[in-house]
Amino acid sequence: MVEKCFNSINQEITIIKMTISEIAKIIDGRVICCEDRLSTSVEYAFSSDLMSDVLTVEKENLLLITGLANLQTIRTSEMSDISCIIFGRDKKIGEEMVLLARENNMILVESPHSVFHISGELYKAGIKSIY
Amino acid sequence: MQFRHKISGGDFARAGNIASAVKKILRQLNIDHSVSKRIVIALYEGEVNVVAHAYSGVIDVDIDEIKIETTITDKGPGIADIEKAMEEGYSTATPQVREMGFGAGMGLANMKKNSDSMKISSVPGEGTTVHLVTYIKPNAG
Repeated sequence: MVEKCFNSINQEITIIKMTISEIAKIIDGRVICCEDRLSTSVEYAFSSDLMSDVLTVEKENLLLITGLANLQTIRTSEMSDISCIIFGRDKKIGEEMVLLARENNMILVESPHSVFHISGELYKAGIKSIY
Repeated sequence: MQFRHKISGGDFARAGNIASAVKKILRQLNIDHSVSKRIVIALYEGEVNVVAHAYSGVIDVDIDEIKIETTITDKGPGIADIEKAMEEGYSTATPQVREMGFGAGMGLANMKKNSDSMKISSVPGEGTTVHLVTYIKPNAG
């Protein structure tokens, strides 16, 4: 979805938002949790395996791309208001992780591709980086 | 509103349970989202610190109309050089803590960033106390 907006000095700004459903297709993703929320759209993504770094990000409704699959990935995302996590290289998503993600309406997606590949594809498609 | 929770050192499966419970309470109290996010992130970092470094700990949360005070008290090795521990990048975390995505030496600095005041006191060999205050309405402090 492309939105055209104008800022306070009347400059045109293009905002590209993609739904999780569109994102999953691009990265050959398999949705593990919260399929009912696939129409959620995101504008920004952050790639990291370092949860301390994720906790410094102030942007909301964010997509996290990571290779770290444990309960703290979900907890950190809960605290950081991350709406969707993509796990690269088919990392195993445990049952407890799914339960916690469901409780927090968080979409979990598995992709066979590397974090670098996923990030590159989504950047190319128009998803913005934070820093 | 006051409540107290206990934390067990090394219990990574439960790290974040208290911050999650506080997040839900702050939502029910209609606390401004940006304020509530700062509080839960500082609290979560504190919880992870106790789990990662201490043997046991207690978190006291006190919410009133103007501020939220959190006191995290642990029994553990303590911090010999607090100034050094506050430096970004300095960490004594074990490989297990790093495997969980923490231990990069960012926790204390992020707690400071996400609170309006932070005090740390520590006795090496006994434990550490961190006291955080965050004002619910900006500029209330």
